[in-house]
Amino acid sequence: MTAHCADPAPEISARRDWMGLLARAPVDRLAARFATLGDVPAFSWLRRPETGGVMVRGRAGGTGAPFNIGEMTVTRCALRLEDGTVGHAYVQGRDKAHAERAALVDALMQTGAAPRIEASVLRPLADEAVATRTARAARSAATRVEFFTMVRGED
Amino acid sequence: MYVAVKGGERAIDNAHAWLAEERRGDPAVPELSVAQIREQMALAVNRVMAEGSLYDPDLAALAIKQARGDLIEAVFLIRAYRTTLPRIGASRPVDTGAMACDRRISATFKDAPGGQVLGPTFDYTHRLLDFALAAEGEPPVAATAPPDETPTPRITDFLGRDGLIQPEPATDAEPRDLTREPLEFPADRPLRLQSLTRGDEGFVLAMAYSTQRGYGRNHPFVGELRIGAVPVEMDIPELGFAIEIGEITLTECETVNQFAGSRTEPAQFTRGYGLVFGQTERKAISMALVDRALRWDELGEDDTGAPAQDAEFVLSHADNIQATGFLEHIKLPHYVDFQAELELVRKLRAEALASRREAAE
Repeated sequence: MTAHCADPAPEISARRDWMGLLARAPVDRLAARFATLGDVPAFSWLRRPETGGVMVRGRAGGTGAPFNIGEMTVTRCALRLEDGTVGHAYVQGRDKAHAERAALVDALMQTGAAPRIEASVLRPLADEAVATRTARAARSAATRVEFFTMVRGED
Repeated sequence: MYVAVKGGERAIDNAHAWLAEERRGDPAVPELSVAQIREQMALAVNRVMAEGSLYDPDLAALAIKQARGDLIEAVFLIRAYRTTLPRIGASRPVDTGAMACDRRISATFKDAPGGQVLGPTFDYTHRLLDFALAAEGEPPVAATAPPDETPTPRITDFLGRDGLIQPEPATDAEPRDLTREPLEFPADRPLRLQSLTRGDEGFVLAMAYSTQRGYGRNHPFVGELRIGAVPVEMDIPELGFAIEIGEITLTECETVNQFAGSRTEPAQFTRGYGLVFGQTERKAISMALVDRALRWDELGEDDTGAPAQDAEFVLSHADNIQATGFLEHIKLPHYVDFQAELELVRKLRAEALASRREAAE
């Protein structure tokens, strides 16, 4: 095709980032940010929201052979906006409306509405995620052990 | 004679209605919400997720409520639910080295890079009942400190760099899955790890304890214990790339164990591994000890006949749902079976009595 395809990595990387952010976002937080957008654009379903299990894997010893830990609940869906843009969502948990909002955001981020979506949905969600993570990390840091060496007497 | 028996429907319905009433308890006491259980009984929720083999805190909390706090019954409910879920796929193996750690301690290296971070632990509490919790009130505010952004590499990575510990080379081998095929022996290590991570905490703990007491001793040190959040990534075929589909809390324990060496190979520490859903450190440490005990063969050790070295014994009895299913079924009606046994015992007694009478005459 064109130069568009020459370096797809940054586009894919940006989409990976927002899809991951949406997957991890608390249901009520995405709903609140999504509500600020006003009217929901018209769309048709390519795959209606469906809840299933994803088998989570680890590695023996952290780095060795893969093994199955257990499943997690995931809800996925796919939709198409009237202009033909396709949005996908894979979100943690069982909330179908959450998956629908995530797929709509994914689709809108590929349209001219991207800057507005970025500013009113993704940026605030990312900031909240950082704040939550930092708050935990700060509590954790306060429990770091400081060792004192006892004076032994022989100098 | 075979007799089909029906009946008891009304008794069963009434029993279940009474169960619902007993579950609610005294109506004068406020009802627990699922969110309250999820937030305030978090370690019970974690145990149900680990043994139920499904990471979903809301569902685990609901199961605990429905089971009236009977955690094995709650695990049963979760296992039954998960069989109704279509399998979307499998994740990429999670990278626990990149964990956002709440807690990270090492019993072997005081000055581990990244430090010893206690996290929200019961360790060093005095195990005295806190009657303040019986009264309502706000908890003390947790202290904070500037977060440390430096990565916390796995402790065993340092030992590995100098060749001091047996390596864990990465493979992309597709692991066997206990939820898709029956447990068969010999069970390779990935299958054993799956069985242990979903096994009953009490059983795995007892097996681990038995190795410490000498039944298959393997001299473990907790090289590292870490608890925290990791992202879960999955390849999405329709997109052609992998995305994060969520974030889960895991507990990981790596033990550093007695070394093996020979004339040809220099001495090296060996390891056991535990990785469990949620904040579940007793289980993760237990899992690592049992994993190590079960590795006797591949590490060229003797089979001392210890129960914890017997994969068939350990793995066949670790699952509390299989165990309770088989155990509890014996309380269900066995009238026909029992009638047959009763007939047999009566017959044997009659014969014995008759022969004694003959001998006496």
